[in-house]
Amino acid sequence: MKILIVDDFSTMRRIIKNLLRDLGFNNTEEADDGNTGLPKLQSGNFDFLVTDWNMPGMTGIDLLRAVRADDKLKELPVLMVTAEAKKEQIVMAAQEGVNGYIVKPFTAQTLKEKIDKIFERIEG
Amino acid sequence: MESTPLNRDLLLEKAQSLITSLESAESSDQDLEAVIDEINNLRDNSLFKELGKMTREIHDSIMNFRMDSRISDLASVDIPDAKDRLEYVITMTEKAANTAMGVIEEGSPVAEKLGGQASELKAQWEKFRRREMTPDELRAMGHDVEGFFDESEQMMSKLLAGFTEILMAQDFQDLTGQIIRQVINLVNEIETNLVELIKIQGETLAREETEDKKEETKLEGPQVPGKESSDDVMKGQDDVDDLLASLGF
Repeated sequence: MKILIVDDFSTMRRIIKNLLRDLGFNNTEEADDGNTGLPKLQSGNFDFLVTDWNMPGMTGIDLLRAVRADDKLKELPVLMVTAEAKKEQIVMAAQEGVNGYIVKPFTAQTLKEKIDKIFERIEG
Repeated sequence: MESTPLNRDLLLEKAQSLITSLESAESSDQDLEAVIDEINNLRDNSLFKELGKMTREIHDSIMNFRMDSRISDLASVDIPDAKDRLEYVITMTEKAANTAMGVIEEGSPVAEKLGGQASELKAQWEKFRRREMTPDELRAMGHDVEGFFDESEQMMSKLLAGFTEILMAQDFQDLTGQIIRQVINLVNEIETNLVELIKIQGETLAREETEDKKEETKLEGPQVPGKESSDDVMKGQDDVDDLLASLGF
């Protein structure tokens, strides 16, 4: 399972990377916004995307739209991990086809639950 | 600034009359002074007009500046809001520091204890290797070794849980970073407005209209407790889950 972590804060990328490692996902890569993340996705055979929303350059919601608009990437499961907690934003992310939504600050348990749920759904 | 032109025709007339008076033997000193006063008045008048015009321009500029609602918003909403956000930054960094130190304070004795037990067992083991151990002591060592294995397992998982806790506590850097960025933007805006004010004070300029750049959906960043507690903001992961469930997730 190859996972791309997109967040503009390196500390948050490191936290997510370590949590994923604890959950048994060792194959992760990082990008600091959509502009650097999208090319990685397009060339990298990723199985899962974890992205922040508010980033300079290309935001997470635009990255999600780009993924869904790309024939090769449109089925990629996307988990959003963001501080944005407005109802209209969550609804927007859902409409754009996000697979899970976690608001910061979050716990290791929440991350595990959401990832499990996403894969249950895909396999089920 | 354009200055009000002197009335040249009138000035010429007065100047000619001054020359005439000077050349004429009949004119008294009083007559001469009267003409010079008239010329002076002519100049003062245009100075007063100029001053009046300048005052009006400054007044208008200051009024426009005050009318700009963004300024009053800055003072009444944004700055107090920024203060609360910065307070929240202090709270979060303090919490993270305390979490990390708490885990370390709890974990250090655990590590020390395990280290101590290992040293003790090592000493017993060396005694055994030197064949100096009685059968009773050997049995006791076997018992100690089992206990050590059990305790190591438990303590290690406790230490690992502590590491995860320290790791999670580092999320403050992202959240406080976002908040501090918002405050930096606010400080920039205040700086721009102050520069504007200084310009008005120095010289009246045709002001450029500052346009409200509203994004379609403005990103709010981290939720600060006690702020924006309206219905359209989720208070936590449970709210988000409920909302997503209602959307069929």
